[in-house]
Formats: sequence, structure tokens, C-alpha cells
Amino acid sequence: MPIDIDPSPKFAEYADPSVLVSSEWLANNLGRDGLVVLESDEDVLLYQTGHIPTARKIDWHTDLNDVSTRDYIDGAGFAKVMSRLGINRDDTVVLYGDKSNWWAAYALWVFKLFGHQDVRLLDGGRDKWTSEARELTKDIPEVSASNYPVIERDDSALRAFRDDVFAHFGKPMIDVRSPEEYAGDRLSAPGYADEGASRAGHIPTAASVPWSKACNEDQSFKNRSGLEQIYLEGAGLKGHSDVIAYCRIGERSSHTWFVLKYLLGIEKVRNYDGSWSEWGSLVKAPIALGVEPGPVPQLA
Amino acid sequence: MPTLETADQLIKDFEILRDSERLDLLLEFSEALPELPARYADHPELLERVEECQSPIFLFVEIDDQGLTRLFFSAPPESPTTRGFASLLFSVIDGLPVAEALEFDLDFPFKLSLSTAVSALRLRGMLGILSRIKRQLREKSAQ
Repeated sequence: MPIDIDPSPKFAEYADPSVLVSSEWLANNLGRDGLVVLESDEDVLLYQTGHIPTARKIDWHTDLNDVSTRDYIDGAGFAKVMSRLGINRDDTVVLYGDKSNWWAAYALWVFKLFGHQDVRLLDGGRDKWTSEARELTKDIPEVSASNYPVIERDDSALRAFRDDVFAHFGKPMIDVRSPEEYAGDRLSAPGYADEGASRAGHIPTAASVPWSKACNEDQSFKNRSGLEQIYLEGAGLKGHSDVIAYCRIGERSSHTWFVLKYLLGIEKVRNYDGSWSEWGSLVKAPIALGVEPGPVPQLA
Repeated sequence: MPTLETADQLIKDFEILRDSERLDLLLEFSEALPELPARYADHPELLERVEECQSPIFLFVEIDDQGLTRLFFSAPPESPTTRGFASLLFSVIDGLPVAEALEFDLDFPFKLSLSTAVSALRLRGMLGILSRIKRQLREKSAQ
């Protein structure tokens, strides 16, 4: 049984009104059959300190990444994680997390690589929920394992690899990192460990639109017209654009990917998860420095 | 709170646990991180930010009048992992003679059997804290 969508007027304006729920909606729907709440955080212990009642924990790194290859788990691996968490293929999954939902959006993107139909984000994430003084619990819900089918991952529509980026020059790209990372003044976001790129700067032609522009102060998403101002008028994207978003390892760009694909309904949006930690180390990959996107590079 | 331990004991403590228990133990350490004394709580400018950590954490190192290392940390409760890292280092370094603390094994974070439970990427944050402790100690012991 699909669970009805949150009818908030703000969500109704988005291209896909079904992908967000408000904290109020979630509070009123906790415990419903077929609804699974999942917390996905940057901090691996945060869930244990208290979480939304009934929420289960998924970790972007230890659950969703392959242990040896820099890649996501395969269909069998995903089925195993889903089954352990008691998630069925037709369940409605609501994801939320810390850091303005970066890792929740990242997990949502991975769910979509496996074609899980009904995955939604809690608007404003953990921050908004806790700032509204809503209930948190340390109780770990008892979950009976499910039998999630093995569905092979399909990267073709939603994921960009480095060769896709080389083939993409001339079409829009969005760099969602901080202005300092974009300009090449630093290798990682202020306060973040450098994850090994050997050059700083940005992919030539990419527009700088830091991910946080999509958020209100309480970390909820801006309304549709606010988002259109930033991405359509500001960055020049169109409804029919074919766009690639990237950041450092793909988490902040998942957040922007979600905005472009579901809230604005842009036709083709891919997340380049290799992002700067790959491009900034790749031999012969062209790089632009400074605040300008830079021209289309002449590739040998 | 967990009692002061040697690094070798702590490595063994973690080694025998399952991953989920390792996280529980890290959380115990996180909750046991001592509060800042007023002389630092009232003067946040004295503390150094650890840039390598994903979450905000600040630290200050003192050498007391007996020549022992004293560590002070400040990290918010919303960053339990970072607090846990700081607390682990506190438990094995605070109170060490300066010479011993300066020799402390930089590889310690990676010997705690946490790379699958926490991920090696996150463990780099602990290395950042440890490196900064040693740098402050070097500067202060040279004065």
C-alpha cells in the first residue's frame, strides 16, 4: 500500500511533490505500516545518542560503499543491507540526517541507483526536527528481517563517471563546493579533511553554486521560486538541461542533485561522485582556477 | 568514566569486540569527555581548531608544574564521534610525561580496530587531533 504524500502547499509547487515530508507529517505518521524511517549521518555515532522514534540507522560509508573498490555495493549487497534493516521493495522510506541532510540525500541517491520507488527526505533533516524539540529516543527498534530482492544497480541515468565529464564539456556543470574550493584556494571545505586531491580548482566551465544556497536558515529547502531564481535565472539551467553536479566525494552534490531532479524537475541530472577527490588527482584532467568558470578546454 | 589506560590496553580492549560493541565503547568515551575548566570555557580564543575533523573540535595542551601533559577539548554533543576520538586520546595521553607524549605512536588511531565500524576516512580526524596535540606540545616544551 503506497503511503499518501505530504500535502503541504510548499511541496505541491515542486516538480515532484512526493519526495519530501515535513517534520509535522512525519510525527503524525510514525509507526505506520509500510513506512520506514532511516537516519543517515556524517557522524557515525549520532544515531546512538538519540534518533526519531522508530528510525533505523544506515551508514553511507560502512553500509553503502563497497569495501575494496571505490564504488557502491552491488545488487546482492544492497539486498542484504535492506533485508537486515527490514525494508521491503514497496516500502515508503523517509531519510533524514545531520549536516542539512547531505548524507540522507546521498543515501537517497544510492537508493535510486537501485530503483527503489518511494524514497523521501525529511525537509530540514535532523537539525529542524531537533530545533522543534520533537521527540528523540535511544530505543533501537526491533526489526524483523525482510526479503528484499536482488536488483542490479543502474548507474546510467543518475551517475556520471569521469569519462562522462570529459564528454560533457559545453553542457552545464554545477560545482556545489565552497567558493574557496572552487577558486582553488583550498582543497577541502573549511573544517574538512583534505581527501587526497593533488590539485585545487574546479572543472572548467562548471558554474559555482554552493549547495547551501538551496536551503533556508532552518535547513529546509527553499520554495520553488527561490530555487528557480538560483538555478534557472542565476546558473542558467533550463528544464531540458543535461547537467552534472559534483563536489568533493559526492555527498553535497547529492543534495543539489535532489533539488535539480525532483524539486525543479530538470530533465537529466547526474551526480559525479568521483568529484574533486578524483578529478583533482586525475592525470591530464584540465582544471580552472579563480572565480570564473573558464572556457571549454581543448582536449588532446 | 573509563579509567586512564595505556594505549596498548586500549588497543586490546577494542580488538576483542564486535563492530557494534566498538561503536558502543566509542560512545561511552564520547560521553565521558571532561568538560572544559572555566579558564578555557570563558576564553574560547585560546583553543586551537582541529581543521582535519569534520565536526568542530577545539583543543588546548598544557604542561603542568610536574612536567606532565594536560589536554583540554571542546566539541559539541552533536558530534559524538569527534568527542569520542578526543576522549580516547585523553584517556591515553593526559598525564603522560611530556617526553613520552611526544613519542606517542601517530599510528595509534589506525590500531584501534575501528576502520570497519567507523571507516578509515573518519579515523583521519583522530590523526588530526593527535598531530595537533603533539605540535602544541613541541612548541610548549621548547619554550
